[in-house]
Amino acid sequence: MIIVAVLILISLIIAFIFLFLFFWNIRTGQYEDTYTPSVRMLFDDEIKKDTQDTNTN
Amino acid sequence: MNPEVSVKEPHTGTLCYHCGQPCEEKLWLDEKVFCCYGCQTVYEILNANNLCRYYQLDLHPGLSQRKQTDENFLYLDEKPIRKKLLSFDSDHFARITFSIPAIHCVSCIWLLENLQKIDAGVLRSETNFTQKSVTIDFNPTHTKLSHIAATLHSLGYAPLITLDGTKSNKKTDNKALLLKLALAGFCFGNVMLFSFPEYLGIARADAFLTRVFSWLNLLLSIPVFVYSSSDYLKSAWKSFTQRQINIDVPIAAGLVALFFRSAYDILSHTGPGYFDSFTGLVFFLLTGRWFQNITYESLAFDRDFKSYFPLAVQKKGNDRWESVIVHQLLPGDQIRLRNMEIVPTDSKLISAPTFIDYSFVTGESRPVNANPGDLIYAGGRLIGQPAEMVVEKSVSQSHLTSLWNNPAFGKTNESQYKKMIDRAARRFTWIVLFLAFATAVYWQITAPTQMWLVLTSVLMVACPCALALSAPFTFGNTMRVLGKHKLYLKNADVVERLAAINSVVLDKTGTLTHGEKPKIEFIGKLTDEERAAIHALTGASSHPLSMMITSSTFSDSPKVISNFKEIPGQGVEGVIDGQTYRVGSAEFVGASSLPSAGGSSVFISINKEVIGYFLISTSIRKNIKRMIHALGNKMDALLSGDKETQSDELRKLFPQSTLFFFNQSPHDKLEYIFNLQLNGKTVLMVGDGLNDSGALKQSDVGLAVTDRAGTFSPACDGILEGSQLGQLDKFIALSKSSIVILKTAFVISFLYNALALTFAVSGHLTPLVAAVLMPLSSISVVGFSTLAVTFTAKRKLS
Repeated sequence: MIIVAVLILISLIIAFIFLFLFFWNIRTGQYEDTYTPSVRMLFDDEIKKDTQDTNTN
Repeated sequence: MNPEVSVKEPHTGTLCYHCGQPCEEKLWLDEKVFCCYGCQTVYEILNANNLCRYYQLDLHPGLSQRKQTDENFLYLDEKPIRKKLLSFDSDHFARITFSIPAIHCVSCIWLLENLQKIDAGVLRSETNFTQKSVTIDFNPTHTKLSHIAATLHSLGYAPLITLDGTKSNKKTDNKALLLKLALAGFCFGNVMLFSFPEYLGIARADAFLTRVFSWLNLLLSIPVFVYSSSDYLKSAWKSFTQRQINIDVPIAAGLVALFFRSAYDILSHTGPGYFDSFTGLVFFLLTGRWFQNITYESLAFDRDFKSYFPLAVQKKGNDRWESVIVHQLLPGDQIRLRNMEIVPTDSKLISAPTFIDYSFVTGESRPVNANPGDLIYAGGRLIGQPAEMVVEKSVSQSHLTSLWNNPAFGKTNESQYKKMIDRAARRFTWIVLFLAFATAVYWQITAPTQMWLVLTSVLMVACPCALALSAPFTFGNTMRVLGKHKLYLKNADVVERLAAINSVVLDKTGTLTHGEKPKIEFIGKLTDEERAAIHALTGASSHPLSMMITSSTFSDSPKVISNFKEIPGQGVEGVIDGQTYRVGSAEFVGASSLPSAGGSSVFISINKEVIGYFLISTSIRKNIKRMIHALGNKMDALLSGDKETQSDELRKLFPQSTLFFFNQSPHDKLEYIFNLQLNGKTVLMVGDGLNDSGALKQSDVGLAVTDRAGTFSPACDGILEGSQLGQLDKFIALSKSSIVILKTAFVISFLYNALALTFAVSGHLTPLVAAVLMPLSSISVVGFSTLAVTFTAKRKLS
């Protein structure tokens, strides 16, 4: 029966990891703006191109 | 995306390349057309910084620059203001979040996140599209806050700068609640799982597992007790240290009892405890609170709505002065204030030296000397001749509201209902605690296993929070409805006082009569020079009669007034072109003969020689007759600073019992109100807020009536728009109904508590159901009062 207790402990630890991930999400405000990051992700490529173009500056 | 192709595509016809508006006059640059120099300048800035990709991400992403004015952001560099705005500040690093309502497309995000290319001092900028804000990290040694704001403004993204940080506080509160709720939910779920063997009776077969499970339950409940339920425990503890008792005490007592009892059970191996109930209880309590917050936010009455004050000011337009609402003022606008008017926002004096009375702000009543170039702070009242100022900051609504709610202008009698609720809630809490104790004793004797659960349910369900919430919601909503009908009340307490009114006193000039289409006639002779001088002199005063004369004696030659004086209730005096002009009542100018015709008369004297008088007959506002009849016996008196004229026409309007008083000085009016109050009357005074501000303050409710140009008198309890005076009786009736609604809400919430308590005491209610019922009852009571007020208002004020 000890094995049951060990399994339960492991499952609890995994559950706690997700709980802390959720805490981290909330605290860093990841649910506050769900739109801008998706757009910003697309900019990155272009900005790199831009800096290549304008390296002469 | 191919930039070469998309550059040419948007360039079509006569639409502005920057903002997409049709161009009336075309400005060409780099083969692109612009509608105005503003848009062209933005393009030039972007082009110079290699930021023209802005135009490829979205078609015509810019904002029209035609209406932009030059704003001065220098005040942002002042230390106290910096401190308020920056979220982080050091010598080489600072962070600020600007709210920018103009953010509307992908191009905006891209441009705002590339600010460092335009301003080298910017380290990083990050846009939040949903909140329409930009967080900017910058190096204070390389750039200034004012420069960043000006750059944003010149790009068409003018930051909206507010100096009160109340919003962000609320947000972190909600975040903390969500975290507490998440933890409680997580632990509740797991505790339930571990209690399963107990529920099914399997556990007894294996003592080892039972012990593991109950220890795990205890471990999982500790964070719930310490973190999730901390709000209740802290609030209860605070009330204990202050030797008081608040509504959180029974809840906290229930939680503590359940937690420690269960912990004792497990530690002493006497039972499985009630941790499933405990964690579930906290979870449902917090869910209820979270749901409550959402409901209240959607029902909440926003005290910040823009139309709050109908306060207007004279602004210099293209070629003449025009009256605008204070919210439309922008930094750089030139405004003109008359004697006794309030400075709406921080401004710089540009005309001759004058005096400013800061008593509304500081309480110090001696006027302060102000010289050209001095900064005049919002809330100061101009004393003396008219002054011109340049606006330095946009108007802050919250500043004006706080000014109005300054304790110096508060009425001493505190809200009766607030007191009553506080007392009832406290008594109720004691009753609950006593009842809980009695129930615990009874169940301990009859069924000891049930005792702890029954005790907790009793403590949970009895919370009288619905009681505490009904008053602010009923009065707040009434206030909002009245605001929609253009009666703007200072705060919710006024509703309560308005309902208790049994005597109404009206002022005449500017209140009962209005100046929209007055008949003005001058009896005597006036040269053009004199006419212009009178125009200037009356233009300095904000009295209704002065304003009528100003509008009737139009002149284009401006005159300079010196030694300006205004004596409330009498008239104005000033020296123009070396001549001493007096405009006012017969006594004031020294006239002896009284004119016989009806109407108000305003006499003119030059160098103490009476040259004639204006005869002004004003019409009475609409719907007054109906309103006065509806008021009936409550209509107590009409006070007027004028001579006894027009009285026949007026007399017909009023019932026989109404008293008429003429030639009343501001002090007489105050005295009259005071005497009424000595006789036990609750008095509503309606006046223009100028020469009766003392009476407004003395009365139980003082309403200031304004037409377009309002003079803001902090002494009044409400501002009523002139056209709505005829609805006064309905407003009083609505306030009365709101008291009835409040009482009904009280009864409902008492019934709720009594019913739920009966069930709880008899053991028919589990703590979990109690925790769900509690927020439900609050929400239903709040919902009832909100809907009832809205419905009554619709029926009464149609």
